[in-house]
Amino acid sequence: MLEAEALACERGDARLFSGLGFALGAGELLRVRGPNGSGKTSLLRILAGLTRQAAGAVRWRGAPIDALRDAYGREMLFIGHAPAVKDELTVDENLEIAARLSHLDASVHARRQALERLGIARRAGLPARYLSQGQRRRTALARLALAARLPLWILDEPFTALDADAVECVRALAAAHLAAGGMLVLTSHQEVEIGAGVARDIRLGN
Amino acid sequence: MTTAQTILDRSEQPGAPIWLRYASPQAFYPLAGRLIPWFAAGAAILCVFGLYLAFFVAPTDFQQGEAYRVIFIHVPAAWMSMFLYVVMAFWAGLGLVLNTRLSGMMASAIAPTGAMFTFVALWSGALWGKPTWGTWWVWDARLTSELILLFLYFGFIALKGAIPDVRRSDRAGAILALVGVVNIPIIYFSVQWWNTLHQGASVSLTRAPAMAKTMLLGMLVMALAAWMYSFAVCFARARSIILERERDAAWVESMRGKT
Amino acid sequence: MLASFALIVRRDLLVALRRKGDALNVLVFFVIVASLFPLGVGPEPNQLRAMAPGVVWVAALLAALLSLPRLFAADHVDGTLEQMLIAAHPLAAIVLGKVAAHWIVAGLPLALLAPLLGLQYDLPAAALGVLTLSVLIGTPVLSLIGAIGAALTLGLRGAGVLMGLLVLPLYIPVLIFGAGAVGASLAGLDPAPHLSLLGAFLAVSSFVGPWAACAALRVSLD
Repeated sequence: MLEAEALACERGDARLFSGLGFALGAGELLRVRGPNGSGKTSLLRILAGLTRQAAGAVRWRGAPIDALRDAYGREMLFIGHAPAVKDELTVDENLEIAARLSHLDASVHARRQALERLGIARRAGLPARYLSQGQRRRTALARLALAARLPLWILDEPFTALDADAVECVRALAAAHLAAGGMLVLTSHQEVEIGAGVARDIRLGN
Repeated sequence: MTTAQTILDRSEQPGAPIWLRYASPQAFYPLAGRLIPWFAAGAAILCVFGLYLAFFVAPTDFQQGEAYRVIFIHVPAAWMSMFLYVVMAFWAGLGLVLNTRLSGMMASAIAPTGAMFTFVALWSGALWGKPTWGTWWVWDARLTSELILLFLYFGFIALKGAIPDVRRSDRAGAILALVGVVNIPIIYFSVQWWNTLHQGASVSLTRAPAMAKTMLLGMLVMALAAWMYSFAVCFARARSIILERERDAAWVESMRGKT
Repeated sequence: MLASFALIVRRDLLVALRRKGDALNVLVFFVIVASLFPLGVGPEPNQLRAMAPGVVWVAALLAALLSLPRLFAADHVDGTLEQMLIAAHPLAAIVLGKVAAHWIVAGLPLALLAPLLGLQYDLPAAALGVLTLSVLIGTPVLSLIGAIGAALTLGLRGAGVLMGLLVLPLYIPVLIFGAGAVGASLAGLDPAPHLSLLGAFLAVSSFVGPWAACAALRVSLD
């Protein structure tokens, strides 16, 4: 359902990769590997529609994603390096806005459950500026608990700054997503075995 | 996995139509190089002829005396300043739509020349104003619009200069240029309105000629000279931009090897 | 579309409410700038009255310019802006929502303060009314056009000054007709043509502004 064809990426003057292609179907996991600076984040951003590729095409259900825009956004979740959490809003408010931006179930009950799942429910009413780095990441990742019905998840280094419990929680969410037929594109420096879905690897960099 | 070849844009793909093929930097570079001397020569000849018409053939204006002759520089410069802005916006917009590299380079090449003509139009307008109306500056609709046009050029050049990434710079500049081009008639109209309300500035720089034929001819010849000059200079600038941006391409490297 | 718009307006107003300082600074700047002119020019009432439309409007332009960075920059820094680019909502609706919230916080107060500043310049009541109306109609245009400049210069060094360079020439028609409306009222003429042209600018910039700002955001976040 997600196809990449002859993708090429340039950052500044450097050519990071070219001629990259793959097809991802239901229940499949794509792990992007490579050393620092090899273009993993750029590839994920291209797949999410944030960065323009230098050549090639990305297609979702057969249609190019730059033609789909918010229609693609309704079926895809991207969590990048930045936690995308506003300092001035509380943890709960941040989750609510993020959920509504992706048309997810943003009811009070669902949010409460999601925050509990990620272990930050006790901080729900705290403005995000008072959170630690790890707590911010967990706030950002709480969306995953609400996003079961979105077919495609694109996660860039989701396990960064998380403790063992949180890593296990995210792993379990990802595994459940794959088991239910969802798709996942993932980069991670940590070797975390998702334990579900058909895993494929792409290795970048020479 | 990565190869050393340049990523091909539309103009370089095999099977591109002839007109699009010259939109590739590699094809454009030598073509421009051959054309520049012709445009430069044409500009020089026309300029000499135009100035001869301006200073020796065109009659003395009975109202303004000899000082009016500066319109032979002022009017062509003003025409070129506006024309070049539209051309610049066109190339920039084309690059935005077709994603070709040369279009953005052309827009960058045109901007300084356009700004130069705008500056010349303003300065020559002031030179005309002083002997004619006694002041260096009047808030005439056209002069004021020229001043704002200069600001638009500066903005374009400044924005392009402030963005280190070339692709982003081209595309951001294109958006700005297009918004500016839409604004030019609005600005002119606004200033015209404002001008007619403020009865003090009831002078018009174009009211001068009930044009003698030789005056019109002189201005047209100078305008043509300016047009050829623009081609020559913009092509030369474009060539140097091409060399800078494509410096890693194989054809540039081989050229460097030859010299 | 409306739901997306409302969501973003609510979000941005909530954030602005928790950062009251920023908005207040802009208003204080507006008052200070408008108050500087009499000090520089002298207290002659007729002269001040004639200058007033232009001065208040220029001060409003500068205040609007000063408030523009807060439109996108903060969201850009903490990563929420890129989430908006790939959200399940049309980006144009999101941008319109941000601009609307920005105007409510940084534009509408200018319209409310303008008559007070007009009093400093001894403007008659009718002119004060026209001044308020012109700033009320004109400030959304400033926010819409300013959004283009803010989006183009996102993340650049020296973005503030560069933004001014880009946006101020585009503001000039608004200045001419905004101040012109008040000037007409002072001269006993009908300000309606000026105000309706301002309205026309508002209509046009409601389309051009979000379109260009969306394109510019995608370019800047590439």
